[in-house]
Amino acid sequence: MAQIRIENVRKEFGDFTAVQSSSFTIEDGEFFMLLGPSGCGKTTTLRMMAGLELPTSGQIYIDGEEVSQKPASQRDIAFVFQMFALYPHMNVGKNISYPLRCQGVSKSEVKRRVAEVARILAIEDILDRPVGGLSGGDRQRVALGRAIVREPKAFFMDEPLGALDAEFREHMSQELRALHDRMGATTVYVTHDQLEAMQMGDKIVVMNHGVVEQFGVPQAIYDWPATKFVAEFIGSPSMNFLNFHAMVGKGMTSVSLSGTEFTVPEMREGANGDLIFGIRPEHIHLDDASSYKGLVIATEYLGTTQIVTFETPNGALKARLASSESITVGSQIGLTFDQRTITIFVAETGRALLSAGNEGALRNG
Amino acid sequence: MSYSVTSPSVRTKWFAGILVVGYALITLMPLVWIIATGFKSPSDAISYPPKVTFEPTMEGYVNLFTTRTRVTEETLATVGEPTTWYERIVRAQGMVITGPSRYGERFMNSVIIGFGSTLLCMVLGTAAAYAFSRFRVPMKDDLLFFILSTRMMPPIAVAIPIFLMFRQLGLNDTYLGMILLYTAVNLSLSVWLLKGFIDEIPIEYEEAALIDGYTRFQAFYKVVLPQAATGIASTAIFCLIFAWNEYAFAVLLTSGNAQTAPPFIPTIIGVAGKDWPAVAAGATIFLMPVMVFTILLRKHLLRGITFGAVRK
Amino acid sequence: MAEVTLTGVSKSFGIDVALDEVTMSIPDGSFVVLLGPTGAGKTTTLRLVSGLDVPDAGQITIGGRSMDGVTPAQRDVAMVFQQYSLYPHLSVRQNLAFPLKAPQLKMTPEEIAQKVGEVAEVLQISHKLDNKATALSGGEMQRVSIGRALVRSPSVYLMDEPLSSLDAKLRSDLRMELKRIQASSGATMLYVTHDQIEAMTMATHVGVLDRGRVVQFGSPREIYENPVSIYAASRLGQPRINLLPAGLFPGAPNGADKIGLRPEQIVQGEGEDSLVLRVEHLGDQTRLHLSFKDHDLITVTDAHTSLNTGDIVKIRPNNPFYFDVDGARLA
Repeated sequence: MAQIRIENVRKEFGDFTAVQSSSFTIEDGEFFMLLGPSGCGKTTTLRMMAGLELPTSGQIYIDGEEVSQKPASQRDIAFVFQMFALYPHMNVGKNISYPLRCQGVSKSEVKRRVAEVARILAIEDILDRPVGGLSGGDRQRVALGRAIVREPKAFFMDEPLGALDAEFREHMSQELRALHDRMGATTVYVTHDQLEAMQMGDKIVVMNHGVVEQFGVPQAIYDWPATKFVAEFIGSPSMNFLNFHAMVGKGMTSVSLSGTEFTVPEMREGANGDLIFGIRPEHIHLDDASSYKGLVIATEYLGTTQIVTFETPNGALKARLASSESITVGSQIGLTFDQRTITIFVAETGRALLSAGNEGALRNG
Repeated sequence: MSYSVTSPSVRTKWFAGILVVGYALITLMPLVWIIATGFKSPSDAISYPPKVTFEPTMEGYVNLFTTRTRVTEETLATVGEPTTWYERIVRAQGMVITGPSRYGERFMNSVIIGFGSTLLCMVLGTAAAYAFSRFRVPMKDDLLFFILSTRMMPPIAVAIPIFLMFRQLGLNDTYLGMILLYTAVNLSLSVWLLKGFIDEIPIEYEEAALIDGYTRFQAFYKVVLPQAATGIASTAIFCLIFAWNEYAFAVLLTSGNAQTAPPFIPTIIGVAGKDWPAVAAGATIFLMPVMVFTILLRKHLLRGITFGAVRK
Repeated sequence: MAEVTLTGVSKSFGIDVALDEVTMSIPDGSFVVLLGPTGAGKTTTLRLVSGLDVPDAGQITIGGRSMDGVTPAQRDVAMVFQQYSLYPHLSVRQNLAFPLKAPQLKMTPEEIAQKVGEVAEVLQISHKLDNKATALSGGEMQRVSIGRALVRSPSVYLMDEPLSSLDAKLRSDLRMELKRIQASSGATMLYVTHDQIEAMTMATHVGVLDRGRVVQFGSPREIYENPVSIYAASRLGQPRINLLPAGLFPGAPNGADKIGLRPEQIVQGEGEDSLVLRVEHLGDQTRLHLSFKDHDLITVTDAHTSLNTGDIVKIRPNNPFYFDVDGARLA
């Protein structure tokens, strides 16, 4: 159980900077997600927290103690790898008790703790089995058991579900989250799957090219992306970007897209030039009265909802609409946008402009 | 401060480097010794304690490639001045060149038999390995074990039966006989190695080709072979090394016609017993083809030797 | 352009029955998605149609012609595999040209070059033609393997989870692209996946497979809105359909064992009390984990809901599905 604090941590491999000066804090007991595409530096960040790599500069605190330059063995943490790295020559019980036996814990204590872990994971009946014949789920549970049994200060997981198929993955992610809720240990979890991050995380850090793009609770990141990258990476289909050229000033509450005025959250900073109007697919509504028209290009049926692709004067737009709306490809339909969650980005840098909506959510660096 | 579990520290690197260099020096000693001896004079070669510095001479190499005869001063005077550098070396010993030695022939025999058997072994081995890897062969596991079982005794244990068989079939002291023999010995290992490499190539590649309108053989030829090149190259090196260096069968089954270099080299006799510089020179030249072949295929070989480790 | 039919097709591997008397008719020009979990027989069906495997019993026809004893090469089908289908030792151009160089086509180098150029244009990979296949990103590789299927303009496309190894963004782009390519070429498509989104968005028809049998065949909407069984109902819909004892709500018909409730079949704010266990914010949707009379269920609500863990919300079924003891739908 511990708070983990990262301050200005930076990592270089030769000429290549894997992680640029990053800072964030993981509160005690949090389920914390490091999210980003491959090569964004999330795994390197995790490995630095775990002590498998040492930072080039900056500090890492676990439970208030500075551990930046300490090796993994002295940090009292547990690491769960993507592949279920079980020892094939030991049975389930031996695999779980291995970390304890290494530390020279007494036999009766080992027995007690293994039994406890087996109970939490509901694997009591397979303790004597060889690991060879186990199903994927049981293997994953045993690997978790080996991490839990040491009662470490924090758990670090590097895409532990990456190798599983979709259906089973969903099941395991719920199980992991439930396990975390029962134990309450600080957990740092690396993933490239935005849905997994949204579903499981208390907080999310979104990284790209070694830079922390945004840090916060899932819904805030979804609603108020700090950068175009975050807006695009989170959500499926991702946020729509309509290009427009305008001058927006502090205090303005509407912008004009190809002649139609749209209400937006009150702007807290101004910009001039090529801008992007960002709107989530589910915040687009049909309104025949609207002068802003979209040409229907395609519809994708999804059961409860459907995704409709429009061609608008400012670019392509995907809307998530109820399946009950009947929409014909080729028709022109008037569109309105839910003003509560509109973000304006600067086209050149991809940075979101501050507004009354997002000022609380834009924490990064 | 760039510690990492994946890259060692500078001190570790130095220590490891020194260990490697030290080990290399020790293992390279015999090789250096042989190469150096090739350039010594016969007396330097057998002097004790051994000479580390000496005046290099090509005498060993000249002796290796020529047959010479000792003649009287008068005869020497009648043959006229030596015209080439090697004649001069021979003349200095009071001898004249009477013709080439048999080393060249023996060397060529080694090339024909070594590369011939390697080639045959690769053709048969790849075909067999492909079949074992891809087709439902009845009793596949038993067959594979049976194939490997031929390697479980030293080949020389069956030397006498082979000798008798070869005599009956007229294969004694022929290229064909030696090529067949070395191929037979190498084939089991090649099939096993190559099967491993072909197993690694996903079957989807061939299936894609089959659907695209290629026949099974075309798919094998155009899709599997190029991807198995690495495995074939490294297996070929293993086969060549065995066939090239094989001594016992060569002594037993060859004499005049098809004798390879290994049994020939130690028989090089000088004026006063064994001509050690010539033997060393013969050994040095004999080393070259395998070395060149290995260096050419080095990239593939490294990958081949570590196969198994790199399999998913 | 061809209709594909399977009549009583069975296939076993040793004692494992992969397909059990499958009968299915894939109309000319349709986009048929076979949906089911691992081991349902989807890939086996594809391999039997392609000719890579031969059925133990039954008949397969393509374009009215029986496929008995017809080799894969003679069937005029093109297949895209889940992975591995690019030849690593060839360039992108050579990979695309490979199917055209098949001896039986007898195409001239000019024809091949022209065709490869066209397909590369469609898939937007023209600038990568001279790259080694291994130097491409995952999405580009998969585009090239789709391109390898396209160059020959076959009458039937067979695709085996072609998008499953790609990330979400690329998947959604390529879904649209595939759908468009199939629609414009008019070829018949047989597509295997276990991803329900792919099935819903691309298919004109979905075949739901369960342990080697086709349990339902129809349009995605038909299967979603009118499933024949619990199994078929569970294949489509996120979150998954809630299955509760039928007696939990009033109005269950005779013989009903389970009631099936999709989120849109649950009316909030009316009916009986349920307890909010957890509010899960997924961005585009917010899931409510509810406890109703000691049974858990999941529904969706407004993204900016004010509900919190521990709150009480009333719920009532609206046009639910009822299933009998065997899981079959009651009318």
